[in-house]
Amino acid sequence: MRTVLVTGGSRGIGKAISEKLGQTCNVAVGYSSSKEKADEVVKTIKENGGKAIAVSIDVTSQESVEQCFESVENEFSSIDILINNAGITKDNIFPRLKQEDWDAVVDTNLTGSFRTSKRAVKNMMKNKWGRIIFISSVAGISGNTGQANYAASKAGLIGLAKTISKELGSRNITSNVIAPGYIDTDMTSFLNDEQKEDIIEQLSIKRVGKPEDISNIVSFLCSDESEYITGQVFPVDGGLTT
Amino acid sequence: MEDLLLKLRGIVVEVNEVFEKVKKLFVDELGIEEDKVTMEAKLEEDLDIDSLGIVEVVMAFEDEFEIEIDDEELTDVGTVGQAVNLLHSKL
Repeated sequence: MRTVLVTGGSRGIGKAISEKLGQTCNVAVGYSSSKEKADEVVKTIKENGGKAIAVSIDVTSQESVEQCFESVENEFSSIDILINNAGITKDNIFPRLKQEDWDAVVDTNLTGSFRTSKRAVKNMMKNKWGRIIFISSVAGISGNTGQANYAASKAGLIGLAKTISKELGSRNITSNVIAPGYIDTDMTSFLNDEQKEDIIEQLSIKRVGKPEDISNIVSFLCSDESEYITGQVFPVDGGLTT
Repeated sequence: MEDLLLKLRGIVVEVNEVFEKVKKLFVDELGIEEDKVTMEAKLEEDLDIDSLGIVEVVMAFEDEFEIEIDDEELTDVGTVGQAVNLLHSKL
C-alpha cells in the first residue's frame, strides 16, 4: 500500500484529500497547529478501514520537515505521494502590503513546498515512482485583489511543479498542479452571503466549490491511471477562469 | 622506505574498499552490470548514465559515505576512478 503525506491535512481541502486517499493509501495527516482536528481526520480514516497517523509539520522549518518524514517512514514506508496543500493568507491591498506578510506567505506556500518536495523526491527517485500534487489557486493564474503575496506564491508553485515534471519524468514521477477556485473552507469563511452571491454570479456552475471537488481529481492524479499526465495545471473552479 | 611502502599499501587498500562500495552502489542503485564498473569506465559513455543518474549516484554516495559533495567538485569527475579518488580524498 502506498504512503501519502498531506500537508495541512487536517482542515478544508487537505482534510477532504486525506479522507479520500485514506480509501487507497496509508495517510500521514500533516498539521501545524490543529492537532485535534488532525486526530479527528485520522479517526475517520480508521473508521472507514484505512490506516492513518497525524504528524506535526512546520513547512517553514527544514528540521521539522525532516522529522515529519522520518516519523512517517518509521510508521509506514517512504512517501510515495506528496500533497503540498499547506498554505496561509495575509491579505492586504498591494501598496499597503508589508514585507513581513509577503515573506511569511511565500515562505510557507512556496518555499515550504520546495522543502517538502526536495525531501520527498529522494525516495521517489530510488523507488522509480512518485506523485507530487501542488494545491495552487486560481489566484496564481489570474491574480486576485488584495492577494499579491498569495497569488505570487501560488504562481510560483506552477513553475516549480512544471520543472520537477521535466527533470524527474524519466523516473515515473509526475508533478501536477490543482488551482481551486472558491471552495467552501475556513479560508473563505470570511465572505458574507452577498459576496458569495457575487462570486457565484461569475461561475458557470452556479455554486461555491466543495472540498470534495478537489479531492476527487487529486485522487485520480495520484493513481496509476494518471501516469501520462504531468506538468499540468488543473483549475477546479466551476468555470471561473474559462 | 618500508614506512612509505606500508603507507602506500594502506592507501591502495583504502581505495579498493571505496571502489567496491562504489561498484555496489552503481549495481544496486542504477542496475548497471557489475562487469562494466571498472576504474576506467566513463560514466556517461560506458555506463550510459544520464545527468539525473549522476545526481542519483552522488546522492547515494553522500548517504553511503556520510559526506557532502559540492557541485564544483564534480566538474572533473568523468570516470568511475575519478569518482573513487574524489570520495577517497574526502574520507
